Amino acid sequence: MTRLERNERLIRLALLLVAFSAVSILVVITIFIFGEGTPVMFKYGLKKFLLSLDWFPLEKSYGLLPMIIGSLFVTAGALVIGVPLGLACAIVLTEFSSKGLRRILKPVIELLAGIPSVVYGFIGVVILVPFIRDNLGGPGLSVLAASVILGIMILPTIISISIDSLEAVPRSYREGSIALGATRWQTTRMVMFPAAKSGIIASIILGMGRAIGETMAVIMIAGNAATIPRSLLDPVRTLTSNIALEMGYAAGEHREALFATGVILFIIIMVLNTIANLTSKRRAP
Amino acid sequence: MRLHIDPKIEQRFFRALLWLLTGVTVFILFFIIFYVLKRGLPAVSLQFLTKNPVEMGKAGGIFSTIIGTVALTLLAVLIAAPLGVGSAIYLTEYTRENWITRVIRFGSECLAGIPSIIFGLFGFILFVTKLGLGWSLLSGGLTLAFMILPTIIRTSEEAILSVPYSYREVSFSLGGTKWQTVTRVVLPSALPGIATGVILGVGRSIGETAAVIFTAGSSLHIPNSLFSSSRTMSVHFYILAREGISMSNAYGTAAVLIIAILAINVVAYTLMNRFMRKYC
Amino acid sequence: MDKTVIRAKDFSHFFGAVPALKNINMEIFQNEIFGIIGPAGSGKSTFLRALNRLNDLIPSSRTEGTLEIRGQDVYAPGISVVELRRRLGMVFATPVPLPRSIFENIAFGARLAGEKSQGRLAELVADCLKKTALWEEVMDRLETSALKLSGGQQQRLCLARILALKPEFIMLDEPTSGLDPISTMKIEETLRKFRAEYTIILVTNNTKQAARVADRTAFFLNGELIEVDRTDKIFSAPSDSRTNDYISGKFG
Repeated sequence: MTRLERNERLIRLALLLVAFSAVSILVVITIFIFGEGTPVMFKYGLKKFLLSLDWFPLEKSYGLLPMIIGSLFVTAGALVIGVPLGLACAIVLTEFSSKGLRRILKPVIELLAGIPSVVYGFIGVVILVPFIRDNLGGPGLSVLAASVILGIMILPTIISISIDSLEAVPRSYREGSIALGATRWQTTRMVMFPAAKSGIIASIILGMGRAIGETMAVIMIAGNAATIPRSLLDPVRTLTSNIALEMGYAAGEHREALFATGVILFIIIMVLNTIANLTSKRRAP
Repeated sequence: MRLHIDPKIEQRFFRALLWLLTGVTVFILFFIIFYVLKRGLPAVSLQFLTKNPVEMGKAGGIFSTIIGTVALTLLAVLIAAPLGVGSAIYLTEYTRENWITRVIRFGSECLAGIPSIIFGLFGFILFVTKLGLGWSLLSGGLTLAFMILPTIIRTSEEAILSVPYSYREVSFSLGGTKWQTVTRVVLPSALPGIATGVILGVGRSIGETAAVIFTAGSSLHIPNSLFSSSRTMSVHFYILAREGISMSNAYGTAAVLIIAILAINVVAYTLMNRFMRKYC
Repeated sequence: MDKTVIRAKDFSHFFGAVPALKNINMEIFQNEIFGIIGPAGSGKSTFLRALNRLNDLIPSSRTEGTLEIRGQDVYAPGISVVELRRRLGMVFATPVPLPRSIFENIAFGARLAGEKSQGRLAELVADCLKKTALWEEVMDRLETSALKLSGGQQQRLCLARILALKPEFIMLDEPTSGLDPISTMKIEETLRKFRAEYTIILVTNNTKQAARVADRTAFFLNGELIEVDRTDKIFSAPSDSRTNDYISGKFG
């Protein structure tokens, strides 16, 4: 046995320790969040927690429904804006423009994904909110504002992953379709897009995850009223804002209720990820 | 009777529509950058970058926040990168694919998607309160490290798995040990992917606000130890904007942030290109 | 007098419950070109990989019997697999240049073994490239990527790569199956020249190649050694009818 071979066992042990530490960290985080959050949920009953309209933590009333609906509305709105724009961009950049343009624009778009969310929120406050208030009514701090800003924020995610999916479709698909006399749009609509579908869906789900998890930008522009919004122009509070707004002064059971909010978010993300995994695995043979 | 549209006309219509939407998208994205830079760059000067904030940020510069950002990000990466890459190496090269590795991978993916505010909550309760570290670089750095760890593990794993098996065979057949094969063949080929994950982590740390406010605090003093509280540029920007302390300084901070992120991405891209040219 | 350098004694190789090699009894002599022919799945590649223990990478792999190189059991406990693999250079069916320069590809094995001197490496690289008749073609672009070479050149590069470790044996697993006739011819010529210095084991699914190049040839079928003899005898008057059927193309 050479010296190198003898050392292999030590190396393996060292790496095992590293992996174990990393995995333990992940486990600790999960257990912690669930540990702190679930007792409260069961104490007051899951139904009351998820379906009650009254969030008055100082009076021990922990109804999350307005925030759940708030998150749903705002995320749906973000998708309505982000998906069409994002997919259009991805399709144009892969199918209808030159490779050079793509090579320049794609990194720039990915760069935009790195802009801090507070900057997006700020732009929303300074430009979008007054615009809504002056032209459409309401306080400006609204579902609409949040949806638009979140929609813009998830654009880079959707665009860049969709571009990757479209680029990964074998060139022979496109060439075969054109050889049969189809126009480029027909090829895109009937061949390329369906072939890249699983990746595109994954990108949308990832965008959805990002929108649900966004906190700071939403706090700045959504109004944070803990009631169910009745129109696009009403203020709204999301699950994430709920946590951030009250964490500073929450204590005891109130704090546990915030962890419970975290548990709900965790489960939602887990479900989204499972769906994303399943759709992206179902590739055409 | 089905409506038959001439495919060429259909294409012209959709092409126009798509280009329109794309134009709108690109316009919006570029507009945001230009708007911030236009209002922010005038406020940025050498003074701005090297002097500390005065009067809660109404005057002076952002020096201490730059230090805070760098310190926090560095700490997070120094903890998360070795841990993450090492784990990825172990999980891909030293164990067989089985249900354990699949569970770990799924768990990492979920945690990578957890909103940062939850990490902030977690960090606040565990590091700041229970472990008694208080609002500090250490609390913030650990929290950020935990936040970017799943992403680094995931991207490193993907990068390592995409290295062709035949490369490893060649190394083994030439008398390489497993560790030599990993370090001389697998990692160099996987490096662009791994680096992407780390840089994503860096970018996320720099722009992170929610998790940082509740763990590193918002002190305007230059941190002199791991236990000092510190404010990052993102937090500073948020406070300035929200409290309306100084719009011009807020814009200035945002401009510096954007340029920093731009610079990091550009540097990363060029490094990766040069690396790939050498090895491919 | 033919000296036996490799001896398989009742050697069997399993992957889990599946036997890939069954009771192989075979000898390979010093400085010969030993050909192994047989249809796909007959165990030819498995035999090569058993020799340099590359099969160890597969978790379910298990052996019975002995496989000896110069009298030493390859599977004895405590054997340095690393040193074993340096002695048995292997060329794969598809050329696999590493994503590096031509120079670094050839220096790779030597660096693994601890060679650090740039001067000695440069000498080594030149030497190996000359032996495989690549030197003239690439001497002025050693720093360029090996991936830019043609298929035939890449395979000769892979051959040069193992020479850098000064092996005793050269094992080739269907080395010319993807190459054009001229490249194939060049490699076969190189092998004939190498016979003096190395012992060569050539697995091929091209029976005519074995007929051209090998001194002795073995015929494998379904993991068993059916027959082994001098090449001219195998191809003119094989003892086993199955050998005859395979060579004449009745199956394959």
